[in-house]
Amino acid sequence: MTTDLIRQDESVLLEVRNLKMHFPIRKGLLRRQVGVVRAVDDVNLFVRKGETLGLVGESGCGKTTTGRCILHAYTPTAGEILYRSSTGNIVDLARLDDAGMKPYWREIRMIFQDPYSSLNPRMTLLEIVGDPLKLNKAVSSKKELEERVAYLLKRVGLRPEYMHRYPHAFSGGERQRIGIARTLALNPRLVVADEAVSALDVSVRAQILNLLQDLQQDFGLTYIFVAHDLSVVEYLCDRVAVMYVGKLVELAATEALYAHPKHPYTEALMSAVPKPNPKQRGRGKRIILEGDVADPANPPKGCYFHPRCRYARERCGEETPLLRNLGGDHFVACHFAEELTLRGVEGR
Amino acid sequence: MASDDKLIEVKNLKTHFFLDQGVVKAVDGVDFEIRRGETLCIVGESGCGKSITARSIMQIVDPPGRIVSGEILLHRRIAGDSGGQVEDVIDLAKLGPNSREIRSIRGKEVAMIFQEPMTSLSPVHTIGHQISQAITLHNKVTKAEARQQTIETLRLVGLPKPELRVDSYPFQLSGGMRQRAMIAMALSCHPNLLIADEPTTALDVTTQAQILDLMLGLQEKLGMAIMFITHDLGVVAEIADRVAVMYLGLVVESGDVYTIFSEPKHPYTRALLRSIPQVGGKVRQRLDSIRGMVPDPYNRPQGCPFHTRCTEKIAGLCNRVLPERVTIGEGHEVRCLLYSDRGDIA
Repeated sequence: MTTDLIRQDESVLLEVRNLKMHFPIRKGLLRRQVGVVRAVDDVNLFVRKGETLGLVGESGCGKTTTGRCILHAYTPTAGEILYRSSTGNIVDLARLDDAGMKPYWREIRMIFQDPYSSLNPRMTLLEIVGDPLKLNKAVSSKKELEERVAYLLKRVGLRPEYMHRYPHAFSGGERQRIGIARTLALNPRLVVADEAVSALDVSVRAQILNLLQDLQQDFGLTYIFVAHDLSVVEYLCDRVAVMYVGKLVELAATEALYAHPKHPYTEALMSAVPKPNPKQRGRGKRIILEGDVADPANPPKGCYFHPRCRYARERCGEETPLLRNLGGDHFVACHFAEELTLRGVEGR
Repeated sequence: MASDDKLIEVKNLKTHFFLDQGVVKAVDGVDFEIRRGETLCIVGESGCGKSITARSIMQIVDPPGRIVSGEILLHRRIAGDSGGQVEDVIDLAKLGPNSREIRSIRGKEVAMIFQEPMTSLSPVHTIGHQISQAITLHNKVTKAEARQQTIETLRLVGLPKPELRVDSYPFQLSGGMRQRAMIAMALSCHPNLLIADEPTTALDVTTQAQILDLMLGLQEKLGMAIMFITHDLGVVAEIADRVAVMYLGLVVESGDVYTIFSEPKHPYTRALLRSIPQVGGKVRQRLDSIRGMVPDPYNRPQGCPFHTRCTEKIAGLCNRVLPERVTIGEGHEVRCLLYSDRGDIA
């Protein structure tokens, strides 16, 4: 990837460069470190202002960890997270400590997956949504706090009268709305939504997806949308990054990625998604990947995907492919991306 | 349809849970049938009673729930006196949950796979031990034969190196392999009906593709019928022969998979299909969501259960009358007043 895109391109809000997050594996009585889990291993990506970047991959591929590193919930092992703050400075979030992060935590916020465990059952909505306002001294009086919470609840489609109730009185979809109201409390600029709709039923999921889009327009939000559901990602995102075992394998505009994937893993992932149309049954056409996902504590040599790749050649087992630009901002980490003709999603 | 085609008929099944706060009518009048060798997908959102329907067939509803009324007719083919096969019909709903009869059917003629393989396999026994237990229970075989059959079944479900894996514990297997072991256990006694309760929901898409492929391949090979419970309409479109859509304990629409997807009739089915983004579909169209949410199970609405969220409800009628089943095409049934003869009700 080019050097410091964020410094050249004004529209880039966040650039992640060579991000690594390794978790130690400890064993035995002395808790000696015997190895590392490479949860995130050399990830490069960038997000433009006002866009939605999808981060997809299967469980254990490091998509959630990447999101958490951006929020500084984990301190990365290596790499840079360059963020253009509201004042225009470019800061490296990876180097900051908690005190240094404080002003940026107002600007970068998270929506969690599970609407049941992410809300404190002993707090009323007023406390849940109002807490960030109080902690950051964004309001001066109790009345102002209540007004602001009432406004936020209304914005996410809940009745302001509910603010003295507890989360148990609400359904999954409503709880997710509460979580979104809390996220919005401090007027964030960047929102990391970690599987924000995966726990919801289809009919409610559509409501929340619509809400997320409305809020993006009204508040000028930038989303990093972490998800495993490719149909939702295609629907919501402008650009998509695909991860496999801690590595970013492909990053491109949604349309280009779905119609013309350049990485064999993306191709397999796309073909595995069941299409909700019985006339497009994929049986026989579907690419069935053999074996299991590589172990991030003990990844294979070379390209991590080569043991399951149907196009693998000798070079793939020896040399790790780097993420490179194929032109038109289509990034891919595959040695043979130019030579392969891969199948995208049909029906466009 | 010839009657000997039918494998199981569920008629007006009601399973209620008697709790201190009130009665939860989880399943409240479900009707459907499954023919030999076909795949019926039961689709619906959480809380619609799809899992409880499956558990009722197996007679494994946890107390305080019990089957209140209805019939679950299992058509069995048994060897007759004169050598040929005679059909015998048994009503599973009448059997006690611990009776000898249901125990001889459960696991042998009707088997079930669960959603979360980690919680439904015993963590302290090897998978070989668990599978061969099912085999020795239903067949007169020695331990060594049972073990051999276990290895064969594991090979059938595509577990690599079954001779070694037979002695592994569930925690030593990955999610996909555990689900394969579960399927092996269910298939070990060659059931006529395999009930799969969201077997791929906890799996990743590429693993899900493997497991769906495996199940369809095994169905072709062994000829069993599959009752597949899911909330994912994509999976339904991939594997179903027929579909039953459930809402609040009722089958609101059932029919051939092509009919359900191309000409859905019930407002709920239509809304459900409109609310999913399609891969390869038009990007950034606003999704049609269903307004409101599934009602509280303690306070089921009067009349049609969907009328509180329905955009096509008939005022003064839908909130009073529970629609009957109406046949509107070949094998296509719908429970909605828009399609019934309203003359007799109003």
